[in-house]
Amino acid sequence: MLYGYTNLIIDGALMTMSLAVMSALLSMILGLLGACAKIFGSKLSSTVASLYSTIIRGIPDLVLMLLIFYGLQIALNQLTEFFSWQQININPFVTGVLTIGFIYGAYLTETFRGAFLAVLKGQIEAATAYGFTPWKVFRFVLFPQMMRHALPGLENNWLVILKSTALVSIIGLADVVKATQMAGKGTYEFFFFTIIAALIYLLFTTFSNVVFYWLDKQFQSDRKDTRV
Amino acid sequence: MIDIMQQYGEAYLWTDGFHYTGVSVTLMLLVTSVVIGFVLSIPLAIARTSGRRSYVYPVWVFSFLFRGTPLYVQLLVFYSGVYTLEFVHSSDFLNWFFRSGYYCMLLALVLNTCAYTTEIFAGAIRETDKGEIEAARAYGFSNWKLYSKVILPSALRRAIPSYSNEVILVLHATSLAFTATVPDILKIARDVNSATYQSFFAFGIAAILYLIISFFLVAIFRRAEQKWLKHL
Repeated sequence: MLYGYTNLIIDGALMTMSLAVMSALLSMILGLLGACAKIFGSKLSSTVASLYSTIIRGIPDLVLMLLIFYGLQIALNQLTEFFSWQQININPFVTGVLTIGFIYGAYLTETFRGAFLAVLKGQIEAATAYGFTPWKVFRFVLFPQMMRHALPGLENNWLVILKSTALVSIIGLADVVKATQMAGKGTYEFFFFTIIAALIYLLFTTFSNVVFYWLDKQFQSDRKDTRV
Repeated sequence: MIDIMQQYGEAYLWTDGFHYTGVSVTLMLLVTSVVIGFVLSIPLAIARTSGRRSYVYPVWVFSFLFRGTPLYVQLLVFYSGVYTLEFVHSSDFLNWFFRSGYYCMLLALVLNTCAYTTEIFAGAIRETDKGEIEAARAYGFSNWKLYSKVILPSALRRAIPSYSNEVILVLHATSLAFTATVPDILKIARDVNSATYQSFFAFGIAAILYLIISFFLVAIFRRAEQKWLKHL
């Protein structure tokens, strides 16, 4: 059906998916760290987190991707040359995950910060009054409630991360866009194969919408129960 | 870095001597697509919230397609996909249009931002206080008057914060233009990178330029919020 390019395209789609999942995980970790640094951290760490989230969100992801992809390799080359080690070539997949995770960590910093601030103060005070340690307050009171407020922002960011993975084909990763373009070059059916890429992305985003709809319902019903 | 600035500074900002390049092209793409997208999205947002199925579904499909796929894939469809189709070759206008990277990029950007802006405005229209609409109806406002005097002025004001986000995302999206051979900031940065092999500075200068434009946009929208959202 796909002129024998089926396997290539499926491999590409899997690559896109794993790239998106890995970078989403990394960006969630960075976002949590950034939000915690901004709210609970010392002056220094909150300044660093603010700089991170402001500067990264002001620069296009593609520019950052090229900057990190080329810049990191050259910095590494200079380092290995300096110590006269063997040259280390950066794996495009690792760079893709690092770059996308690093970029969207900045966006998630803001998402998580807003969600932390949306948790009612009385909850924290009550937990402290019951003798919870700060870690316990965070683990059992603040974090679970924060995640509910963060869910819409998380969904948005996940969809943006998923779509931004299309850019990694520019730095040479064999994702679904690259695969379909190769198939297009081989058969000169560019229109057909690019539409296939678009359909695969539509499938992924629709599936994510369904998952998040379900998650949201789960949390909504939960919220109603606790309020009654 | 200084030698890059001396040799390519003008290309980054204004022109390479033959064409407009760099910041001027990026701003041109940004302004054109944002303005056209804005104009198109208002009727689409009204249709999206009209409650009539024959209006709602086409707009829903449009926004589902363009918000569910990456802009890069949309650009590839227009730039490398459509041009290989038979009927595009046989029509002079279509042939001329899709041969140009500029027009393909603009088309993709306009449709993409239009889809997102439609959803933003539709959301704001839906949140309009019911009492305002009832009051306008009770005063005998026609549909045209209802939208132009009551719903749209308040909905567009309330949409400014999300709309400013969208405009900044469009600025970020214009950096894709170099894949369609449009000489925007990033194209110059790539040329400088391949000419000098100073990747960090070549892309770093581009990053700083984008950062400056972003901050300008943020400042403009903050002004707009102060002016039009005073009551909130």
